[in-house]
Amino acid sequence: MAPLLPFNVAVISIVLLLTCANLVSCNNGRRVGDPLEAELSGFSVPLEHSFELDDVAKFQSRGSLLLKTGREPSVSLTQNQLSEDDRSKLKEVAAVDGLYRIRVPRVFLQADRQTEWQMDGYLTAFVRACAMVESHLSDVITLHTDVSGYLIGVSIVTLPGACRGAEVEDEVDLEVFNTTLSIMAPVNAPGPETALFLERMEQESEKKGKNPQEQKSFFAKYWMYIVPLVLFLMMSGAQDQSGGGAGGGAANGGGR
Amino acid sequence: MAKLILLLLKLCILFFAVHAVFEDQVGKFDWRQQYVGKVRFSHFDTQLQSSKKVLVATESNVFAALNSRTGELFWRHVDKTGPEGNIDALLHHAQDAVLVVGNGRMLRSWDINVGGLNWEMLLDTGSFQSACLVGQQGTVKHVAVLKKTVISVHYLSNGHQKWVENLPESETVDYQTVYSGGNGQVFVLGIVPHSHITIVVYSMEDGEIIKQVSVEVSWLSNIPASCAVVGQGMLMCVDSTTMSLNTLDLHQQLQMTQIPLQSLGLEVDPDFHPSLVSHQPNPAQKPLSEFFLQLGPERYLLLQLNNGQIVTLRDFKPALLASFATTGEKTVAAVMSPKNKTACSINLFSADTGRRLLDTTLIFTVDPSGGKPERLHVQAFLKKDDSVGYRVMVQTEDHALTFIQQPGRVMWTREEALSDVVTMEMVDLPLTGTQAELEGEFGKKAAISLDGLLSMVLKRLSSQLIMLQAWIAHLWKLFYDARKPRSQVKNEVSIENLSRDEFNLQKMMVMVTSSGKLFGIDSKTGGILWKHYLDNVPKNAAFKLMVQRTTAHFPHPPQCTLLIKDKDTGLATLHVFNPIFGRKSQVTPPALPQPILQSLLLPFMDQDYAKVLLLVDDQYKVSAFPSTKNVLQQLQEMASSIFFFLVDSSQGRLSGYRLRTDLSTEQVWEVVVPTEVQKIVTVKGKRPNEHVHSQGRVMGDRSVLYKYLNPNLLAVVTESTDVHQERSFIGILLIDGVTGRIIHEAVQRKARGPVHVVHSENWVVYEYWSTKSRRNEFSVIELYEGMELYNSTVFSSLDRPHAPQVLQQSYIFPSSISTMEATLTEKGITSRHLLIGLPSGGILSLPKMFLDPRRPEIISEQSREENLIPYAPELIIRTEWFINYNQTVGRVRGIHTAPSGLESTCLVVAYGLDIYQTRVYPSKQFDVLKDDYDYMLISSVLFALFFATMISKRLAEVKLLNRAWR
Repeated sequence: MAPLLPFNVAVISIVLLLTCANLVSCNNGRRVGDPLEAELSGFSVPLEHSFELDDVAKFQSRGSLLLKTGREPSVSLTQNQLSEDDRSKLKEVAAVDGLYRIRVPRVFLQADRQTEWQMDGYLTAFVRACAMVESHLSDVITLHTDVSGYLIGVSIVTLPGACRGAEVEDEVDLEVFNTTLSIMAPVNAPGPETALFLERMEQESEKKGKNPQEQKSFFAKYWMYIVPLVLFLMMSGAQDQSGGGAGGGAANGGGR
Repeated sequence: MAKLILLLLKLCILFFAVHAVFEDQVGKFDWRQQYVGKVRFSHFDTQLQSSKKVLVATESNVFAALNSRTGELFWRHVDKTGPEGNIDALLHHAQDAVLVVGNGRMLRSWDINVGGLNWEMLLDTGSFQSACLVGQQGTVKHVAVLKKTVISVHYLSNGHQKWVENLPESETVDYQTVYSGGNGQVFVLGIVPHSHITIVVYSMEDGEIIKQVSVEVSWLSNIPASCAVVGQGMLMCVDSTTMSLNTLDLHQQLQMTQIPLQSLGLEVDPDFHPSLVSHQPNPAQKPLSEFFLQLGPERYLLLQLNNGQIVTLRDFKPALLASFATTGEKTVAAVMSPKNKTACSINLFSADTGRRLLDTTLIFTVDPSGGKPERLHVQAFLKKDDSVGYRVMVQTEDHALTFIQQPGRVMWTREEALSDVVTMEMVDLPLTGTQAELEGEFGKKAAISLDGLLSMVLKRLSSQLIMLQAWIAHLWKLFYDARKPRSQVKNEVSIENLSRDEFNLQKMMVMVTSSGKLFGIDSKTGGILWKHYLDNVPKNAAFKLMVQRTTAHFPHPPQCTLLIKDKDTGLATLHVFNPIFGRKSQVTPPALPQPILQSLLLPFMDQDYAKVLLLVDDQYKVSAFPSTKNVLQQLQEMASSIFFFLVDSSQGRLSGYRLRTDLSTEQVWEVVVPTEVQKIVTVKGKRPNEHVHSQGRVMGDRSVLYKYLNPNLLAVVTESTDVHQERSFIGILLIDGVTGRIIHEAVQRKARGPVHVVHSENWVVYEYWSTKSRRNEFSVIELYEGMELYNSTVFSSLDRPHAPQVLQQSYIFPSSISTMEATLTEKGITSRHLLIGLPSGGILSLPKMFLDPRRPEIISEQSREENLIPYAPELIIRTEWFINYNQTVGRVRGIHTAPSGLESTCLVVAYGLDIYQTRVYPSKQFDVLKDDYDYMLISSVLFALFFATMISKRLAEVKLLNRAWR
């Protein structure tokens, strides 16, 4: 029996270790602005929200955004569950058509050092609290950066976005956020496409060069249509030159 | 390349029928008014007794000749804007007018008869101080230009430099004036402030310094402001601290002799800075020994310097303005004195004696809706009996020029304030009395139950009687006019007979100018129907004009509100007026003690049908105008759905606010664009009166692509702070003004401003300068919801979770542009055009069809079905797209478009230095019959067909009857 004992101890210690590890990871998820994470070429900033009956903003922590800096910034989110008090408050706010606001601090995503990213001030956005409730906390948060990596705006929409006055009976639906998060950098606006156009032009002229039939002049090709047309015009005279304008215009106007 | 262009041209021709103005339509639907700006210098052409020219050089850098009989322009030269084209001096001698331009950069001579350029000389650098004509032995052949460190003399005939000399001790001495008395010497006067005057005398022949003296003067700091040369080279200066006149003989230069004004028995206003006006009729001769001394805002003295003694010839009190004029050998002084509240009298006095000349009184009626007289320009001439006659041109504070002949006949008036229009609106004209009567009857539906049936019947009968009466009067007028020859029938538009025409094509243009003068202009003829001068407008004011009540709410008068805001302090005032008559409204606007950040016109109205204006002050408190109980109640009800935004470009901050029921506000969103990287230059919303007829576009495969029509969308344009051509960029942000959601964010790299933006429907068009390719480029962004609409009945920014599809395409434009606007029509059915003001003075009507990001690069069956033009990188300017044919509009600054009653027609006003009004038909006149429509042919065919049917019917009947009998 004796040799079994140390094995037992080992199993127990492993179990203990595992529970410890679990506890640590749980803590990690809940703590905000953990300095440990900032070192992994990114940092976390708090995401805060506020919903009050009197609409005076009192921001509380909702979770934390882990921002990865670099050429292609990415973002991930860990967030808390709504407490029972908060759930009932959110429903009350929704009932009086209050606002659900979020805010993130202004940060600079390209900073090398940790101290540089923080700037003063926050970026805020809102949705109607009822939309938040009726969508069962399914929201889409988008962070916008500018060319050099400054965070310039945040937006939040819920899916579905409408307030239809549907009652949310089940409190459980309002417990966990179902958030889709993305970060958007500005797109490059296109300039005039000259190269492609010229290429196409060249291709067309080449095609014409290959096919000698095409090289015939306009008149040589279509004389059989043009001659009767000219004759017809000469016959009818030039009296109604301006007559076509109105008709053409109407067609033009309808075409948009 | 030539082939490419040819192909493009072919394509264009295939897609569009040519539309341009016919020769006989010139001036039929359009008019242009040309202006010169606020006059800085003016000279009458005195070569010939019969000459009709007035030369004016203005603060808008324009040099022009006006016809003194009619006020029209003979010719006009428009120079560059800004300090580069600034006119520093205008010298006039015989046929030549010499201008110093651009702080002494250019010297130009113009032939005043035809307005042609004689010569132009580029001068050395150095800031301009003064210039004068130099005469010798009775003839004027040279012009002297004094700069900070150098004096140069040029020949008047060809501009060549005769000599140029550096000024001695120019580091310490501030040279300010140059003077020549016609004796072969040029005097340059400089000053070391509060120490001494330096006089340098140059020989006219070779520029040699003849003499250089300095005279102790401790009090003087600015020669042109307080001194003048009088008589035989006597420098006369007035000292406002010791209240004395100081004389200095420029030829002997001993020292200044002081003559206290008290010794002449004169009292001076202690707060007033006295000034001197002297007169040199001919640059080849010495100036007059008589001069004006202005002692107070309403007091002038005519003094004479006689052997070192000063003699008072006449004391003018009260006198507003005084001026000298010379004709032949005679010099006269004209003095304007106030007569009563509405009129001033101008009298002529002999300059050498101070005696009043008989029968020279001229009455100038001060326009109560204008400004005070500011300057007096006198044109004197000799009558047949050798007495002196004169005409005057009075310049008033509101930049107007009035030309008056004896005994007070106004020959013409030029409203030069219109050369600087800041903002404008087009207001519908009111209905005629009879139309209004009918409207009034149907408008009072609520009163039916009270008045009872009988009174209603009576009212109806009476109104119909009035209409009958008006109709008979109209018929009578037609009959009466028909007998008169065509030329005598004139449709004079005056403020009394203003009424809306059938298609609402004639409107009232309410124009706000930077001088603070408001104008009401008839859009059909261009005639000024009313004007109103606001005399308390600060120099750097920003204006916003809003139409609170249109003419549609008879009997309530229409109402416009002008918000005037001082850009420095932010303090604002409101001016409420009737846009049809220009009269100030009875409604008293609220006093605004706090600086105003934002104003917004809400779409709902109070019980008197006036739209509610909200003003947000710097404490983020909101005040409403009108603020009746009804309005406040409505505001409380709607508060939670009223959102507004503020832009602080200095901090790059865009923030959104929501109104609360107690009229305070709360911030709901915030977007911050760091100012280190880019700065916000323009924020453009959509026009509130814009209608979009079709919600989507039909594609080639018969499916529908729905437009993203967000009325709250803002287009924000930013420019990079880095101006290096490789790194500079412009940014386009599309932000929802209610939720602050960034819908789209794009950067145009290697580009810089100035950026011109038009934002309408579901598209944004902007123009920028590409630093990489060194050319102007257009870019268009279009937003689509996709193949399905999220909510087709109503649009709410709060409930539109899906981001729209964004399409963008760019094009090369062969010209730079001054301004850009989109056409606007009543229902939005007509296709849109972009109206582009070019620096050349043309206004281009570019079909929006060419700026369509769905233009395909490879033509497919579907794109052909959709009528899309194949993509071509270059937009071509076609000459028939110029809507103003040869009527160039100088320095276009803005284009205003307004819908008319006809769906096909859009009214356009382009303003800048000139004003041009016309109509455009973006989809041709599809709802109008042509002028030469053949009514006779159509009706005769109709009648013929009618009779033919009648006859054939009859014949058929007969035939049937016959068959029945058989």
